[in-house]
Amino acid sequence: MKITTPLTDNVITGLKAGDRVEITGVLYTARDVAHKRLVQMIKEGEKLPFDLRGQIIYFVGPTPAKPGMPIGSAGPTTSGRMDPYSPYLIEQGLKGMIGKGGRSKEVVDAMAEHKCIYFAAVGGVAALLSKKIKKAEVIAFEDLGTEAVRRLEVEDFPAIVINDIYGGDLYKEGVARYSSPPSSRIL
Amino acid sequence: MRRIHYNDIADKISDICIEANYSLSGDVIAAYEKALEMEKSPLGQEVLRQIMENSQIAGKEGMPLCQDTGLAVFFVELGQDVSIAGGLLSDAINEGVRQGYSKGYLRKSVVEEPIFGRRNTTDNTPAIIHTEIVPGDKIKVTLDVAGGGCENMAALKMFRPADGIEGVRQFVIETVRNAGANPCPPVVVGVGIGGDFEKAAILAKRALLRPVGQPHPKMEVAAVEEDLLKRINQLGIGPVGLGGNITALAVHIEIHPCHIASLPVAVNLGCHSSRHKSMVV
Repeated sequence: MKITTPLTDNVITGLKAGDRVEITGVLYTARDVAHKRLVQMIKEGEKLPFDLRGQIIYFVGPTPAKPGMPIGSAGPTTSGRMDPYSPYLIEQGLKGMIGKGGRSKEVVDAMAEHKCIYFAAVGGVAALLSKKIKKAEVIAFEDLGTEAVRRLEVEDFPAIVINDIYGGDLYKEGVARYSSPPSSRIL
Repeated sequence: MRRIHYNDIADKISDICIEANYSLSGDVIAAYEKALEMEKSPLGQEVLRQIMENSQIAGKEGMPLCQDTGLAVFFVELGQDVSIAGGLLSDAINEGVRQGYSKGYLRKSVVEEPIFGRRNTTDNTPAIIHTEIVPGDKIKVTLDVAGGGCENMAALKMFRPADGIEGVRQFVIETVRNAGANPCPPVVVGVGIGGDFEKAAILAKRALLRPVGQPHPKMEVAAVEEDLLKRINQLGIGPVGLGGNITALAVHIEIHPCHIASLPVAVNLGCHSSRHKSMVV
């Protein structure tokens, strides 16, 4: 399914865990330190470096771009490290996150309450994913190097819905489908 | 005494940093092909195909396989008949890392201290270096590209000898289960059994360097590796955790003598992008 950013509630309500999407539009990058700073700014009532409403944050710290390329290799990092921060951003109107690995109950609850989707991109295929990124520009926290906030323009960026707003969780469903029942396991 | 110059070491270290991050060795590709044949989940198969396509793109275009180009961990076998001219061995290795991570457009992922400042050192140094003195007049250095996602899922436990193989088995399986999608499965499971607290951890990391799927030379250890691989693949985690019957490519166990009171066990998971490279001078 092809979707575009910013994400609307109309699109979000139609997405279910396991849906494969191709995203075209803008993604913002942020990792641990950038999240920490953004949440600090929210708590202190400061204006954020970009408007979160309707946006998707991609948890990634890319490799440096080679000359002539918009960006280096750029696959997802482990999302769980962002769990302490994500609910604050979701409350501010963030509508999507792309990373890898499971999320905490607090994040999943905030997503259901405020209508936000958690997508995974395939971890470790960073060269392949970089081909979908057409433009990259550092827009905040330049001192963080790879961990700076970048505005990415992407075309048909492949992702899969892990957590929808209805309690669906592809990690749990996938494992349940393929794990051997205890009775058939070798003991 | 054979003299080896600092610069010759640094240059070769720089080369292997780049090579290890751009291309996978044949044993890893062969393990993917075997995994693709055995994976039953259509989504898992698709993920494995993407992993293989990614390695082709990275190799062909000369770009990092993964954005996490790791903490550079080195295992050095230093011949005792070697003297190093022009500087310290550890400095030569760090200089090689500095050059390789810059020339190869690799990500710099090291912070200078862990708690307070967490400022990036901007050149991916210092590397972690494990040195062993061996007979001969050569230096062999093996680089393991240790990504954060899988390293964070490592675990160590000091068992009672009475817990035996059953305790070890449950611990390894639980470590892989708890890791879920985080370490980018299908993983190589490195297990260190014996030694002491830190020796077990080093053994587990070292186990990741063995060609994927090559069994331990001791038959009873190889049998445990095979058994653990079957059990881990029954967990259902699958490629990148989306469900499937290939969660691990291999289980590699290393063992070492230990104290009469102890049974240390360490587990270190290596992501599907199993990147390591050796050089000899």
